[in-house]
Amino acid sequence: MAITHAVASGMGGMRAAGDLVARMQIARGMKIDEAKKYVADKLGVAVFDLTDPIIMNEVREDLGLGILHPNVRSPKCMEAKFNIAKLLDIEINCVNRFRQKAGI
Amino acid sequence: MGKIRTRYGDGTPVELDESEIMRDLEEGTQDAAGRGNIPVLSKEELLHLFDIFSSSHRFIGVEAGKEVVLSYDGTPIKFSRAQVNADRLQCLQIYEKILGADTLEMGYPDYSFKPIKSMVTYEQPLMEQILSVTTAPIFYGAMPNLGLYSQPDGPFPNPAELLPQGKIDEARQSYDSSVEHAVRDIVYVSSALIESGADAIMLDTVGAAGDADYLASLKATEALNEKYPGVCVELGMAGEFVLGMHGELEYDGRTLAGMYPHDQVKVAEKAGVTIFGPVVNTNTNESSPWNIARAITFMKACCEVANIPVHVNMGMGVGAMTVHDHPPLDVASRASKAMVEICRLDGL
Repeated sequence: MAITHAVASGMGGMRAAGDLVARMQIARGMKIDEAKKYVADKLGVAVFDLTDPIIMNEVREDLGLGILHPNVRSPKCMEAKFNIAKLLDIEINCVNRFRQKAGI
Repeated sequence: MGKIRTRYGDGTPVELDESEIMRDLEEGTQDAAGRGNIPVLSKEELLHLFDIFSSSHRFIGVEAGKEVVLSYDGTPIKFSRAQVNADRLQCLQIYEKILGADTLEMGYPDYSFKPIKSMVTYEQPLMEQILSVTTAPIFYGAMPNLGLYSQPDGPFPNPAELLPQGKIDEARQSYDSSVEHAVRDIVYVSSALIESGADAIMLDTVGAAGDADYLASLKATEALNEKYPGVCVELGMAGEFVLGMHGELEYDGRTLAGMYPHDQVKVAEKAGVTIFGPVVNTNTNESSPWNIARAITFMKACCEVANIPVHVNMGMGVGAMTVHDHPPLDVASRASKAMVEICRLDGL
């Protein structure tokens, strides 16, 4: 069922920009059109590109936002979330706590 | 056009002709409109649904550009249920990297706040580990499940035993006490997970025990917002209609019993809910066209009044999905496309 919805209607998660649009709903309570536009503007792409895995892989790799098949030295997981918080100008709970605990 | 293959709400295949499909679509929307006192779907919307159901493709999806965010409930439990032996951390990695999930959700197999309270210190380090190896936002989900607060599972007299004896006041008193304890447990567990870095809290299957269950969730949301300003709470309902098991409970001066999704979302907004997950139950005796027209009529009315993102519940047995553990791709993809395109949803 999760696969059915992901293929029929979903934004593709990390394959594209689904996780980033979701972050705007979570952090700012944005409705879908506003969240998509906000993320597209921050990434410098068209709204239509947000679900394109080829375009988004390149954009995410360039901006260090985490990709599906990360290279050895590319930012991933928590590192990527630091970059996402900065780029989208939002607070990410675990990033803030990591920063606080590590004394960064 | 010959017969169109579709299904009943339980998934059983059925062949209908064009006039039968159109009749079911019309009757489905009329059923919802009558119950919810909301408008029926327009002629254009019904024709769009007809086009979706008359497609000969086994799988269809939304028009490019209309995709929405997906959130989940009981994610790792689905693996356990299928007897796939993966730890919860691995489950979420699979959802993120392989299943295209936009968000992730960590929940405990005993998916209620009350049992989690006593072992939440074991949930916190796992949440911290999962957060360090994933990128997508993580919800922590559980149910308020007020049924666990009455005897023999909990401390208070069982309303289901009191009500048949005519002990209405005693039953209501029991619900009032349960609400107080449930709020305490929800806030305790949610606070622990927020302090371990969770991105959001998912209150799932809200209202399963009636209006008291819904009230506990609204009050807990309020308390969490007070404690952690701006915290994200997604509130997913159990059914389309708030059962009046207590009958007199109010929130913000509004009686909760009898509320349909377009009213539920307004009190959820007032309580500080960030994302609302309404439900419409699937009727197994009716066809998929009937169920989807009915579900969309309710959801469209909800989306039109909502100021917060709406993620319609479309799991097994709700949102016109068939009442089956693995809904067939044909009607599931049609329901997904139809719901997103007509309701202008924010997510599923």
